[in-house]
Amino acid sequence: MLKRIGIVITILLATCLLASQAGEQKRFAFIFKSTGNPFGEKLMEGFKTAVEEQGHTAILRAPDLPTAEGQISIIEELIAQRVAGIGISANDPDALQPVLERARRAGIKIVTADSATNAESRDVHINQADPELIGRVQVQAAFDMAGGKGDIAVLSATSQATNQNIWINWMQEELKLPKYSNTKLVKVAYGDDLRDKSTSETEALLQTFPNLKAIIAPTTVGIAAAGKVLSDKNLAGKVFLTGLGLPSEMAEYINNDVCPWMYLWNPIDLGYLAGYASVALADNSLKATPGSSFSAGHLSKKEVINASDGGTEIMLGAPFKFDKANINEWKTVY
Amino acid sequence: MPQGTEKNPLDKESSSFLAKVSRFRETGLFLFILVVMLLTHLKNPNFFSLENLDDLLTNTAILSILALGMMLVIITRGIDLSLGSTLALSGMITALTVSSYPTLHPLLAIALGTLIGIVCGSLVGLGVAVFGVLPIIASLGMMYVYRGLTYIVSGRRWVNASQMPESFKAIATTRLFDIRLYIFIAIVFYLAFYYFTNYTRTGRRIYAVGSNPDSAAITGIKTWRFIWLVYAIMGGLSGFCGVLWVSKFASAQGDTASGYEMNVIAACVLGGVNIMGGSGRVGGVLLGAVLLGTLNNALPMVNMSVFWQNAIQGSIILVAILVNAQVKRNVDRGNLLRRHI
Repeated sequence: MLKRIGIVITILLATCLLASQAGEQKRFAFIFKSTGNPFGEKLMEGFKTAVEEQGHTAILRAPDLPTAEGQISIIEELIAQRVAGIGISANDPDALQPVLERARRAGIKIVTADSATNAESRDVHINQADPELIGRVQVQAAFDMAGGKGDIAVLSATSQATNQNIWINWMQEELKLPKYSNTKLVKVAYGDDLRDKSTSETEALLQTFPNLKAIIAPTTVGIAAAGKVLSDKNLAGKVFLTGLGLPSEMAEYINNDVCPWMYLWNPIDLGYLAGYASVALADNSLKATPGSSFSAGHLSKKEVINASDGGTEIMLGAPFKFDKANINEWKTVY
Repeated sequence: MPQGTEKNPLDKESSSFLAKVSRFRETGLFLFILVVMLLTHLKNPNFFSLENLDDLLTNTAILSILALGMMLVIITRGIDLSLGSTLALSGMITALTVSSYPTLHPLLAIALGTLIGIVCGSLVGLGVAVFGVLPIIASLGMMYVYRGLTYIVSGRRWVNASQMPESFKAIATTRLFDIRLYIFIAIVFYLAFYYFTNYTRTGRRIYAVGSNPDSAAITGIKTWRFIWLVYAIMGGLSGFCGVLWVSKFASAQGDTASGYEMNVIAACVLGGVNIMGGSGRVGGVLLGAVLLGTLNNALPMVNMSVFWQNAIQGSIILVAILVNAQVKRNVDRGNLLRRHI
């Protein structure tokens, strides 16, 4: 009996020792919108690199389907696990507020990346690129491809996705300029980031708007699905495609002229910056107030600025243009 | 319908066309699809264009083939939730294989995918038929196992269009008489299943096992064999469709067809397959799949707000089920009245 008690005490002591050692090493989690998204995988890879570079551990999670409910239950688990920081790409700007406020009361730092929550739910947002620039540059691209006139349409992800809606708003702003008097945005379609639905939506756009000259798809699944439809229907040179896509997935459609060029930022760097910001916030070397700055690994110095929604954000850089000249070198990267 | 041609004193108009039509239980559903199509055509005259019908049927092909397998499973009082994951796993392994061996013949790729599916389905069937696990539990468990395996074999990466050889992508783009191959594949499957369920001993025994397992066992049918068989068929069809899916969208991802099992079950229920088992017909399942395919095609074409789209889709499905149930009840009653005793 005594021997058994002795063993139990030894185990308890060992556990306590291990736990105190682990106190040095914090855990940081990243929650993407849904599992299996190639863009999300790269983002989380960057986040993991950044966290591990600084000697901490990373937890990468995502719900099976892109819903706020799925993310809420993951956040609840992470609060119970007492992580030091949570990075998240939000499926809904407001629905996560109660659970994120609870996380923040528990001392967990909240960093959003790719898709932001409202300003009250987070410490700081990592902005992949200026949303205004992203929106405007895609309309300019569609305008140039279409030769300055004709109908254009947008193929988005879900109607609730925060980032998509901000970009679409800026596209509509850009279209108000006098130079676009002969260009008409005929429809914003939603493919829900599903291959089959994005395909049906693209086919419906082609059937419904005979004067359609260009499709802007600011989402990786949507642009690839649209590229496949336009390729199968031999519409290269008739209906142009641009937007935001993964180089590896879009290489095929850039090389066959369906998509003359498109844009994206580097998701690895985006996750990397989110990782560095999470760690800096957790050890108090960074404050989530405008003007505060920190060193973000190989991305060097980054500064917190005011965001348009009243919160604060850190800017990664401008969107990057992929075309025939550089796509073959980028398609192997991500 | 042989009874329709006989002279029956109770039914003077039995030889008229309408009376013949009204004896088909799926008439309500068929008329409903026509109404949806006509309304869509009024809003968008391109609906009945050849190109759009080609798109519609091609997009429905995979759903309709899967619904055949699900019909057999539901007839035996089961359900298979693992088909979306099986489809993804088979699609992913096939895509990885053809990207490593670009010279592989597309038919071999299809055979490989189907084989993976049969293995996956047999494991679910093993749990249900031999170990007596509830179908919903067995297939739910395997759903997560296969989804997880998909991520593991892909190393959480994806296979994209430029990595797949042209010959593999051509499975989806091949046309016969200017109609895409997928439509023909679906037609062949429907003819085969029509024959299988109506005219083969195995097919009829599946119904027997589903409508009354105890009686079936007493008459000497080894029920577990047939239950195992339907899950293996379901798996084989899922694996086959995995190859079609990956070739069609020229992309294999870990989350391929996630949640797709719900569409397949919906197609069966719409088509009048009794979720309690025992009954379900190939013709009904075809109409159920076509109605879902028509909605997916038509709703984006009528240019309505996306916020309404889901609600309207749900309402239409509900109305279709109600109309179909009512018509079916009337037809069944009519058939009983006409029966010679």
